[in-house]
Amino acid sequence: MGTETLAASSGVSVEVSDSEVIAAIRAGDTSQFEVLVRRYQPRLFATVRRYARQEREVEDIVQEIFLKAFTKLDSWRGEAPFEHWLMRLAVRTCYDFLRSHQRNREHAVSELNEDEESWLERQAAPASGETDSTAAQSLIAKVLNQMAPAHRLVITLLELEDRSVKEIAELTGWSVPLVKVRAFRARSEMKKILSRMEVEKYL
Amino acid sequence: MNLDPLLNSLLENARRQTPSDRVPYAFEQRVMARVRELRPPDRLSLWTVGLWRAALSSVAVAAILVGANAVVPDASGEGTPEEQLEVAVVASADPVVELWDR
Repeated sequence: MGTETLAASSGVSVEVSDSEVIAAIRAGDTSQFEVLVRRYQPRLFATVRRYARQEREVEDIVQEIFLKAFTKLDSWRGEAPFEHWLMRLAVRTCYDFLRSHQRNREHAVSELNEDEESWLERQAAPASGETDSTAAQSLIAKVLNQMAPAHRLVITLLELEDRSVKEIAELTGWSVPLVKVRAFRARSEMKKILSRMEVEKYL
Repeated sequence: MNLDPLLNSLLENARRQTPSDRVPYAFEQRVMARVRELRPPDRLSLWTVGLWRAALSSVAVAAILVGANAVVPDASGEGTPEEQLEVAVVASADPVVELWDR
């Protein structure tokens, strides 16, 4: 990513880099921003879908990221790739979204469906071998939904997106020790939620 | 109960499923429509808006002063505003007249 092949009117293919597109936007040709939107929208949609479940919310968040990128474009100095800068913006916008929706994250354990309950039971049984990843996916979504926004963010980046602690520090703006502390606390919180689910399932 | 294996298994399963990168139809057009709304206005319209705001606030201040002047009673005991103005104008001329009279 970072360059795009455009068919020019002469029929010659032209590689347009991010910095060239941004220079054109800065010079006043705002329509060039569409090149960046087309280039990065699939990546942003995939990222945002980890934090928001409803499609309408996902679209709103992606749109907000692009609008922030457009208004803050002057702050991109070109020292790091544009994609990194955009992803930092995306992660911080998702974090803001999680914090603003914190009140809605409480879910009763009774909301577990049959598949999720049976997945938990299979995991509890020592001989269990096969797993249903859809139920696991749905279950982890419920667990994540009950977590503190900072913990959810760090566990998503660290465990689900497989990013390094240093990368997470750069994306979030937190220090490396803070990322480590939050990752540790996030795992503890997840275990606490799982244990509550296990207990309440049998009540 | 040891929850570590359960948690690891859960995370491993979740990691296997990557979210879709599907983009809704014409999403870029929606974003570009919003971007066009964000365009900074030209200098002339900025000046116009500024002047309008200044004019409105001046009118508001004038209205408040006129209202206050009408409501506050004359406590000086020196007559109406018209009379006070006349006294002030005449007073400035009085010493000159006195000097010439001497």
